[in-house]
Amino acid sequence: MANTPDTGRENAPPQREGVLANASELEEWFLREVLPLESMLMRYLQHNWRNESDIKDMLQDIYVRVCESAAKEFPRATRPFVFTTARNLLLNRLRDAQVVPIEAVADVEALQVAVDEPGPDQAAAARDELRRLQAALDRLPPRAREALVLRQVEGLSRREIAKAMGIGEETVKDHLSAGLRLLSAMFFSEPADFRRRP
Amino acid sequence: MSADPRDALDAASIEARASDWVIARKTSEDWTGADQEALDAWLAGSMAHRIAYWRMNQAWSQTNRLAALRRSEARDKQPAPARAGVLPNMLKIAAVFVAVAALGIGAAYRLAAPRDRVFSTPVGGHEVVNFADGSSIELNTNTALRARMTTDQRIVWLQKGEAYFRIKHDSTHPFIVMVDGHRVTDLGTEFLVRRGARNLEVAVMQGRVTFDAPDSHTPSQIALLTAGEVATADTATDRIRVSKMALQELTDELGWRNGVLVFNHTRLAEAAAEFNRYNREKLVIRDAAVANLEIGGTFQANNIEAFTDVAQHILNLHVEYHGREIVVTR
Repeated sequence: MANTPDTGRENAPPQREGVLANASELEEWFLREVLPLESMLMRYLQHNWRNESDIKDMLQDIYVRVCESAAKEFPRATRPFVFTTARNLLLNRLRDAQVVPIEAVADVEALQVAVDEPGPDQAAAARDELRRLQAALDRLPPRAREALVLRQVEGLSRREIAKAMGIGEETVKDHLSAGLRLLSAMFFSEPADFRRRP
Repeated sequence: MSADPRDALDAASIEARASDWVIARKTSEDWTGADQEALDAWLAGSMAHRIAYWRMNQAWSQTNRLAALRRSEARDKQPAPARAGVLPNMLKIAAVFVAVAALGIGAAYRLAAPRDRVFSTPVGGHEVVNFADGSSIELNTNTALRARMTTDQRIVWLQKGEAYFRIKHDSTHPFIVMVDGHRVTDLGTEFLVRRGARNLEVAVMQGRVTFDAPDSHTPSQIALLTAGEVATADTATDRIRVSKMALQELTDELGWRNGVLVFNHTRLAEAAAEFNRYNREKLVIRDAAVANLEIGGTFQANNIEAFTDVAQHILNLHVEYHGREIVVTR
């Protein structure tokens, strides 16, 4: 029970670099080091790719490449690795599409500087979290918000929510699921400014 | 992995599936082994699936924090914890319940006879088993039992954990729960049996049961329990103690059937122990002063984060993660 995540490896180095990741380590790493970069990645992709409808797929491609690589070996430094992956993907897409000159991606270098800035102050982030959550909930469609509040604030079961809202349980699930997707975009994809100072 | 045909799905569709899975997993009242297998299979389908699921799961966890803080606010305003959401429902279910917690894990149980069926749940699991006679057994976290349901016998051996029994009464074929040498016999009833580390507990929500230790060396006591009564057996002495429990306490104790834990001025150490029954991550509180702090409110049993958030933001404690240990200190 007292095991650290390093247990089971011989002479585990202090950093995870160069170590084969198991599934939960990979998840932890992704959530801790990659996901917080999402808003910056989105900004980068949106800036360099005109077709908004491709962005989600591109983000997924980047995540998959980054995680498949990390599953073999964790990168030395996550941020530069993630953004290099993003740039390579972008360059490939531009080459394939042959619509935008490659020079368009040049300002990735400028962005790389911002990428190396320290992350948001964890304590401040925690303090703002409640307000941020409420603000996010307020932006949801009414039915999704209602279902989420009944579940997560009032602690009702799916059956009870269905009764309270006068809808079927399957519809409750749909509302919760749709609400969750919108929240995930607000939490992770939107600019850090919003996330830090709602 | 990238060759998986399901990768062909666009990111938005994968994301939708992922959020559906998270909602199904987090809000299901009867998440079964088959459900988990289906989820595992989907996750194994591709890295994109896993990442989308991790991300959605993380978003869901963030919404948990709102609940934790809200409840604590409610508690501060009002001495009674915010259990209103759960209680009315529980009262409707209300019936009989029997809790048993047992000393001595090594209770000798024979190899299961071929006609016996074995049911179990992992840590954090929750499963309902329905029988042909109309009875049902609801298994709480980390529970194992063996059931012999034949035309002439209805016996369940509770090997570990806790289960809620809703029994279709049949006076010619009594339903019997055996737990560490003790016997619970239904007389038309709903009851809870818990086999804990130190004692056995039987709590009756509806109807009546008898509770005894038939093979005991000491002269056997037989207790008749009616609704609202709780019997605790000390297996070292086979002494059975019966006490009345307030209906609210009984319904709180059954919160797990809705996936929640209800605390009311509960010591932090006890609340942590309850969470630890449901989660692979274990809360550790070594400081006696911290252990004696009180907590109130309704929590999702699988949501340790809600607990750590209250500890950090309301009680101003420190929370450190060491692998699967979550150490709470001043």
